[in-house]
Order: sequence, then C-alpha cells, then structure tokens
Amino acid sequence: MGALANAFYNSVVKRNSVYVTSIFAGAFAFGVGFDTAITSFWDSWNKGKQWKDIRDKYVQDADS
Amino acid sequence: MLSRLPAGALRNVGAVVGPRFSCSTSNARLVSRARFASTSSGSSASSAFESFINSRATLASVTLFTAGSIAWYTSLYGTLPFIGEVHANSAADEGLHPPHYPWSHSGWFDSFDHASVRRGYQVYREVCAACHSLDRIAWRNLVGVSHTVDEAKAMAEEVEYEDGPDDQGEMFQRPGKLSDYMPPPYANEEAARAGNGGALPPDLSLIVKARHGGPDYIFSLLTGYRDPPAGFEIREGMNYNPYFPGNAISMARVLFDGLVEYADGTPATTSQMAKDVVTFLNWAAEPEHDERKKSGLKAVILFSALTAISLYVKRFKWSVIKSRKIIYNPPADKSTH
Repeated sequence: MGALANAFYNSVVKRNSVYVTSIFAGAFAFGVGFDTAITSFWDSWNKGKQWKDIRDKYVQDADS
Repeated sequence: MLSRLPAGALRNVGAVVGPRFSCSTSNARLVSRARFASTSSGSSASSAFESFINSRATLASVTLFTAGSIAWYTSLYGTLPFIGEVHANSAADEGLHPPHYPWSHSGWFDSFDHASVRRGYQVYREVCAACHSLDRIAWRNLVGVSHTVDEAKAMAEEVEYEDGPDDQGEMFQRPGKLSDYMPPPYANEEAARAGNGGALPPDLSLIVKARHGGPDYIFSLLTGYRDPPAGFEIREGMNYNPYFPGNAISMARVLFDGLVEYADGTPATTSQMAKDVVTFLNWAAEPEHDERKKSGLKAVILFSALTAISLYVKRFKWSVIKSRKIIYNPPADKSTH
C-alpha cells in the first residue's frame, strides 16, 4: 500500500504539469470508456428495436 | 379496543396491578396496566409476550403498518377506506380508466421499437391522416427514426406545397422537401369542423402527452368501440366509446382487421394497428425519448457515484472533529495556601 502510494506520488503527483495533464487525460479516457460501456449496454438491452438494427432492410444504395 | 373501556376501569386496574411495573412515562404505564389485566393473570411465562406487546418498537411498527395499509389502499383505489363518497356524475362520465399495457418502450432502459414506429407511420398516413393533422413533425424527423433519407425524400415529393413569392410576386406550387412539415388534411379549423359534423379532429403531434393515461388511453380508445349499453341515448352521428369522457365520441371506429397491409408481413389486426400507431404517436410527442433515457442512465450513475464520494469525504474530514475529546482540567485550588 505504502509502496504503491509512493510510486503513484512520484510518478504522477510530484510534478504539477504531469498531475494536471494526467487528470485531463484521465477525464477524457473515462468519458470515452463510460460512454462506450453505456452504449453497449443500451444496444444489447434494446437489441432489434433501434433504427440501426432494422436499417439494413430499407437501405437501397450501397453508398448511403 | 382500549378506547371502548370507561376511564374508570383503567384506573381501577391500575390501582390493583400497577405497582408491579415501573415504566418511565405515564402513557406507557397506562397501556401496560390495561394490557396486563386483560391478557393474563401475571404468570412469568407470559412476561416475554407482555414486554413484546408493550414495547415501543411494536407500537411504532403497528402504527407504520396501519398508516402504510391506508396509504396503499388510497393509492390503489383513489379514496380513503371506509369513508363513502357521493358524486353528482357517474364514474363513466369521465371515461373508463384505461388499463396499463406493456409498451415496448415503457421500461427505464427501453427505447422505442422503431419497426413499430415505422408501421405506425403507415397506419397514420393511410388512416388517421384523412382527418388528423400532424403539424409539428417534418419529413426530416422521420429520417433515421423510421425511414431512410431516400424514402423520406420520395414521400415528401409526393406532396405539393405552396411556396413563393417568385420574381413576379406569384405564389407557386412545388414538390415537398425534407424540411417541409406534414401536410394538414384541412386548410383550417373551420373546414375541419365542417367536414366532421362540427367536431374538430385534434392535431396528433403531442396527443400522447396531452391526454390522461397517454398511450394506454389512446390504445383503449381506438380499440374500445362497442354497442352502447341499454338505456344509453346516443345522438345521431355520435359513437359510443366507454373510454371517452362523456362516452359519446364523434370519431367512428376506424381500425378494422386487415385495413392496411404491412410491408414487413406483420398481421394487421385491429390491436396491432392500434399498438403501432400509438407507438408512432408516442414517438411524435417525445422524439427525444431514446436519447433522454440513455442520458438519464448516465446521469444517475455519475451523480450517485459523486454523491457517494462526497459523503465519504465529508465523513473522512469530520472524523477528527467528531472523535476528539475535550478535557477540562480545573485549576488547582489555591485557597488552602
């Protein structure tokens, strides 16, 4: 625990530039990951009901 | 039960057996005396039962149970139990209460069934649109919901819209574009009334939000037409529908089995068409529905996590303040010097 906390402090917190950058990068990564997780849950829960699930039946052109 | 006893009876009982108990409050003592006298003759075997009966936890839970039962009954039946009500009108005058139907989009995480929305649009276009407008929905709104861009463009182009003025100041007719709104069946309200025996077919854009019961009510209305009961006078041109307030509605039953032909092969029964068109109208009233539920899910998760974190941080920061002990050391007594 102590070793881990020390490693965390020395690698991330010690320099403010690294600390702020890691916070911003972490927020971005969490935002993307959270969104992906929620979307995959949403799509599996509503499988076959959404427009993107039935879209293939009605699209004629290959480019649209 | 206790309240039926005369006050003197309680006092007498208390005088006999009271000294065996020493409760802190006078109210509790009164109850324990009366209970003791009526339930047992004071044998030690029943003392556990007595302490259970006399405990405050029992009183609190029984009170909670009673209040909860009354609240549950009231929420279920709409009135307080054992208290009669008198109405000048009958309940039927306000329309029969529609039952709740298991809509494909009624759950917390459920999106619209877009295949159903597409079928519902077909029902609206072929049946409802003869009388009902859909002012707030444009052709572009269907794109990515129930139709592709090309389909929506083709449907829009089938309708002529008045546009202009051109260079000469003349209005002209042109085929519809995606940005045009759904064409109304009547030019104005007066024309709509004149075409329907004085009754105005309401615009259906927000009808699901605008009626009590929402989709359940509209589904019940569409499928609820039947012969009027004996003794119910109905005027010429009106139709009996128990779900409509007043029970007499100008709109006749319009949905019959096999009225439309679904492209996806779904059997076009009356209830299927009603379900599809109500799903479509629910989408028309709440086009943001799917995105709203998805964002709501995210918001609930994030805000619960933040609340939990802030509660933990508060306890963590306050733990020093809460657990400290302040000791007062009185100054040494100097008077003996």
